[in-house]
Amino acid sequence: MTPVASKLYTDDVSLLMVLIDTNPFFWNSINSTLSFSKFLSNVLPFLNSILLLNQLNQVVLIATGYNSCDYIFYSSASQNHNQRAESLLQKLEEFVAKDESLCREDSVDGPGFSLLSGSLSMALCYIQKVFRSGPLHPRPRILCLHGSPDGPGQYVAIMNAIFSAQRLMVPVDSCILGAQHSAFLQQASYITGGVHLKPQQLDGLFQYLSTVFATDLHSRSFLQLPKPVGVDFRAACFCHKNTIDMGYICSVCLSIFCKHHKQCSTCGSVFG
Amino acid sequence: MYSLLVPSFCAINKLSSALFQGGNYIFEFDSFADRDICREFVAAAIAFHGETGKSTSEKPAAALQDEQLSTAEMEHRIKLLQEDNELQRLHKQFVIGGILTEAEFWATRKKLLDQNDRRKPKQRVALKNEMWSVKPLSDGQSNRVTFNLTPEIIHQIFAEKPAVRQAYLKFVPNKMSEKEFWTKYSRAEYLHSTKNVVAAAAEAAEDEELAVFLKQDDMLTNEARRKIRRVDPTLDMEADVGDDYMHLPDHGLLREESKDVLDSQYEPYRRYFSQDLNQHAAVVLQGRVVDVELGDTRSVAEALARTKQAELANEVSDGNLEKDLSHRISRVAEIEDLQGPRDLAVAPLCIKDPRDYFDSQQANALKPLGDAGSGVKTLKFNVSSVEAYGSLRELISEIRVTGLSEPITDPEVAFKVLSGLTQNISSTKYHLGKSPHESILDSLPKVTKEDLLHHWTSIQELLKHFWSSYPITTKYLYTKVTRLKDAMSQVYPKLQVHFVLLDNYNCFLYNGLPTCVYNFSCIFSLNSRKLRNLCSQISGIKFPYLSNQCFRL
Repeated sequence: MTPVASKLYTDDVSLLMVLIDTNPFFWNSINSTLSFSKFLSNVLPFLNSILLLNQLNQVVLIATGYNSCDYIFYSSASQNHNQRAESLLQKLEEFVAKDESLCREDSVDGPGFSLLSGSLSMALCYIQKVFRSGPLHPRPRILCLHGSPDGPGQYVAIMNAIFSAQRLMVPVDSCILGAQHSAFLQQASYITGGVHLKPQQLDGLFQYLSTVFATDLHSRSFLQLPKPVGVDFRAACFCHKNTIDMGYICSVCLSIFCKHHKQCSTCGSVFG
Repeated sequence: MYSLLVPSFCAINKLSSALFQGGNYIFEFDSFADRDICREFVAAAIAFHGETGKSTSEKPAAALQDEQLSTAEMEHRIKLLQEDNELQRLHKQFVIGGILTEAEFWATRKKLLDQNDRRKPKQRVALKNEMWSVKPLSDGQSNRVTFNLTPEIIHQIFAEKPAVRQAYLKFVPNKMSEKEFWTKYSRAEYLHSTKNVVAAAAEAAEDEELAVFLKQDDMLTNEARRKIRRVDPTLDMEADVGDDYMHLPDHGLLREESKDVLDSQYEPYRRYFSQDLNQHAAVVLQGRVVDVELGDTRSVAEALARTKQAELANEVSDGNLEKDLSHRISRVAEIEDLQGPRDLAVAPLCIKDPRDYFDSQQANALKPLGDAGSGVKTLKFNVSSVEAYGSLRELISEIRVTGLSEPITDPEVAFKVLSGLTQNISSTKYHLGKSPHESILDSLPKVTKEDLLHHWTSIQELLKHFWSSYPITTKYLYTKVTRLKDAMSQVYPKLQVHFVLLDNYNCFLYNGLPTCVYNFSCIFSLNSRKLRNLCSQISGIKFPYLSNQCFRL
């Protein structure tokens, strides 16, 4: 993209980072109206429509795999515009092959977990690079098209990524494709001021995407977007995993207990 | 005209009230005794009414008959009002509007009034660094030399020269008057300034008191010895970096020590400039030790003497100083490389099972969300990775071959989705306070917002006074409460105007605002039926017993 004079950068120029979930076990386990090919056939027109909304809009596609993540598509890369989808799909296939080669397990139970923390970090790094490229840049936001369940081992990494997004003032929108809700993405959207949606009808995915997620940040100040009913931030006690409102907290490691203990089970410090 | 034979109490009262009204009266008496008695009474009456008359005429019309305020207080209040716009607005609205009296208004703001009084400067004026120069004013013609001694200078002299202070306490007023004392002292200073040590010795031999001033100060030397013993032997090289004493002799000051070698009998009468300078510097740096009025020389001297004695007593009792000093020396003088490792008093944090620690929250967060499965079922079965990846790749190549479908989505499905979304959005539109980024007030036009906030502060103020007057025991309180009630009921129509205006913008407030005003009135829980009735009278809303109404706007 050739650089443009400042007065041509209007408020609604956006940089959209799309993180698509390419966890094969998840896509395999969905026995429903949305197969991966249908999913792609909804996402590709959506990307095209984003690029049509404004000449200066940019889109970056990142694939969240089972073992790795990678950048699949940059709209700002100079290439033949007619061949965009082609090159995207080509790269996607290569990525899947690479991901398979990294796979160390022979079989996996259930949908498995995809590396959301990795792709979030890659998106944030790209955004940071854009911020540092000069005073003139489009307003970035992240859209997670996610279906795999939340991986508990990634909790810390994801929370860190969410807080970085909050600091950078980058909203994280999330669209849940799987059956269960994702607590991480709900919190992510809540904290960063993004939109969280779990579509009821997955075959109309393109309609959802273009109605809700295509809105740029400037327009969101006067457009009404769907709001989730509420996010449950309550903590769970470490001993029984029950949700509690009031409890005891260890002052050393901040672990939460519902009953008074003599000693913290996590860090071993004695309560005086 | 009043004619009095015997002044009676009620007559005097009538007279007093007549006087208060400010007329002129002539009294006729039968005898001088009567006149004198009457004169006393009348004088007292005039004095009494004169005071109150004066004070009421001074104060502004804003009803201050009950208090007698000093002008300083008035100024203070005016200053506070000038500084704070909001306060001024409230004051104008309530006090000038007659709803609250001045006293009541300021009664709740005692803290503000008190705080300001303490803004007097807390800094104390330090001692002057100027050494009292012995360059007196001398008349070129006559042989007179005049010294100027201000209380400040006297204070400094007493602080720097304990011998002089002691002499003052001893001699004045027993042996000589203060003037004589200072004359002698000035003579001694003059002698020193001439640098004639021999002459000084000669005069000292004649006059005993003068000798005290001329000799070296023993008390000072003792003090210096004590100080030396307590000096911190560790040296802070950093502190002295900026100072440059090397280049100028005598630190650039004019006095020079005489290099003559004198007999030992004259030794006590020599004064060393460096000693004077050091003592002066020490005194100035110490600052004002005594906070006594400088006018009375004797009290200053006594106060200083007392302080010095107290210091001495403290030093004697403080035996730990030696230990502290030696500790400090050992700490500063050690070489880090040669020290052994110091064990820290803290234990390292060891989290036994990190997975358990971090996972526990996440597992639980999913529970209350439930399963809103929308026809998408995940079958839990074991899939081999080869198969999974294989199918994924197949699907990708499928779409590469077939391309995008036309139309992208079935129009009916799209329509269903759109209407579903619209319905969802319109139903959740009125869920307020769910997002941390939304604020009702901010979505209002600025003028409205300011107006609303002002109404809020004024209602707060009224409510504060309202509730503080309960229980109603006197008639005054009852009238006050009624006044406040009327004022509060006037706010509602003003707010209604806002509702109508905002309704045009289709704001969320329409549902929300009456609720928050309703909450204003029941911030405090209403326990008695009487109070509830009064409040429903005010707000026109019937409301039940409320226990924990949280205030929201």
